Amino acid sequence: MTDLTKLTLADAVDGLKAKTFSSEELTQAFLTNIEASNPTLNAYVEVTADKALEQARASDARLAKGEGGALEGAPLGIKDLFCTQGVQTTAGSNMLRGFVPPYESTVTANLWRDGAVMLGKLNMDEFAMGSSNETSAFGPVKNPWKSKGSNADLTPGGSSGGSASAVAADLCLAATASDTGGSIRQPAAFTGTVGIKPTYGRASRYGMVAFASSLDQAGPIAKTVKDSALLLNSMCSFDAKDSTSLDVSTPDWTQSVGQSVKGLRIGVPKEYVLDGMPAEIQKLWEQGVEWLKAAGCEIVEISLPHTKYALPTYYIVAPAEASSNLARYDGMRFGHRAEDFSSLDDLYATSRAEGFGKEVQRRLTIGAYVLSAGFYDAYYVKALKVRRRIAQDFDNVWGQVDAILTPSTPSAAFAIGDKQIDPLTMYLNDVFTVTTNLAGLPGISVPAGLSADGLPLGLQVIGKALDEATVFQVAGALEDAAGFVAKPDRWW
Amino acid sequence: MAIDAATVRKVAHLARIKTPEDRLEPLAQELNGILKWIEQLDEVDVQGVEPMTSNVSQPLRLRDDVVTDGDKVADVLSNAPKSADGFFVVPKVVE
Repeated sequence: MTDLTKLTLADAVDGLKAKTFSSEELTQAFLTNIEASNPTLNAYVEVTADKALEQARASDARLAKGEGGALEGAPLGIKDLFCTQGVQTTAGSNMLRGFVPPYESTVTANLWRDGAVMLGKLNMDEFAMGSSNETSAFGPVKNPWKSKGSNADLTPGGSSGGSASAVAADLCLAATASDTGGSIRQPAAFTGTVGIKPTYGRASRYGMVAFASSLDQAGPIAKTVKDSALLLNSMCSFDAKDSTSLDVSTPDWTQSVGQSVKGLRIGVPKEYVLDGMPAEIQKLWEQGVEWLKAAGCEIVEISLPHTKYALPTYYIVAPAEASSNLARYDGMRFGHRAEDFSSLDDLYATSRAEGFGKEVQRRLTIGAYVLSAGFYDAYYVKALKVRRRIAQDFDNVWGQVDAILTPSTPSAAFAIGDKQIDPLTMYLNDVFTVTTNLAGLPGISVPAGLSADGLPLGLQVIGKALDEATVFQVAGALEDAAGFVAKPDRWW
Repeated sequence: MAIDAATVRKVAHLARIKTPEDRLEPLAQELNGILKWIEQLDEVDVQGVEPMTSNVSQPLRLRDDVVTDGDKVADVLSNAPKSADGFFVVPKVVE
């Protein structure tokens, strides 16, 4: 029998419906693979084997009756920032170690409604603050990919590093993830997987551990563009429990994948050419342009003049929102409480110093600073104004183009420990992805080629608000043209 | 606007993160590096630009003012570091 764990989500769902194999068999195959691989890769922080098998049997019962939802019986991994009722949810932080939510996030509730099976909770940077999964309280995740001729362990990117690594290593059919500045698309690019952040407001934030509420958005990491569409279909919904949830219908995006892109106008922003950008990134981008041209797209050079200000804007807005959101962790109602303290104030400060890791503390400090009296206008309000300029850049080009093509990341995956000395070098990972978070636009990363070192590289397609359909259409065309089939050699 | 150790002490207090004295100076240097990089925003002309607080242009929805949830004392307390008799137990606040 073929290795079931190597199936795509779409093929697995079809195989389950056709009863070629059962959900229990499929789920057991993943649990066996996780048991063998996870001690090395560290992608899962908790494996919920009993729950998974129970869900799988229930799915099999439904499938036997010819019933079942769009994901019936499909085993998935869940990023550990989605609250799962009765299953520990930590957001990669010691602050939430042992926290067991008494409620379910809307995104995961949608998945269970559609019949999905939960294999476990996936590792991530602490509170999604990081680009390498090294800030996790559970230790870094390893990328299943390695550079040619090197045995160094690479990061899978972050913050959804566990999701990306698990999908790339066949430890789940697909995974949920979340993206505040690039946390879906950068790890997808680093692991040869597909990741999409939908339009802000498409997926409910209810039950997602908050980082920066005006930027956070859930989305999938999957093996193919079609799989990502299939999973996003289920994840998105209007939800009255999220005040920024958009009251719009969710189309069937799988229908967009494979549609001809002939006649689409694709923007290539000149500001995304960076000083010192590796030649192979530039080359891949040019290759992407050629592929789309050959598929009948019209290529249009565009200008997004405020691009270079997106990262510094993000590093005011995101820490400011985080400092407000994470004020809830005071050691009183849930989360870590210090044992030794001299006063109530000292209890707050000690609990937070013990519970939060270094990067989270750094960002909360920046956030408190840019929001403090005397600096609020100079930093925070200023950043909000530049943010509007960045969003207007996109508004100004949508008359000329239907979608935008850029690289996903400025480099391939790097070694664990490589970028920890200076926080700024780490922040630069998000240079191509962060603009869409600030503007609320959908963006997908599609694996498009290998670096000289044999590591995956991704191309990003950005679309208009609520126009994921075109994004999926273009991403499908890139996937077809790239014919990316490389998989990491199993060393773990 | 260079940050010194005293400013870090103040901001760490605002953020309620206990920071040992010997960490103040290194933190000040790190934050100065980040803030110096951020100050390139000063190049942008934002004359007459409205601050952008949200990506969502729709007005906040209102719902009927009725109770939709509640009576979940056990759920609410289930993750409390300390609780007793249906209450959170916290240190003495008023001396």
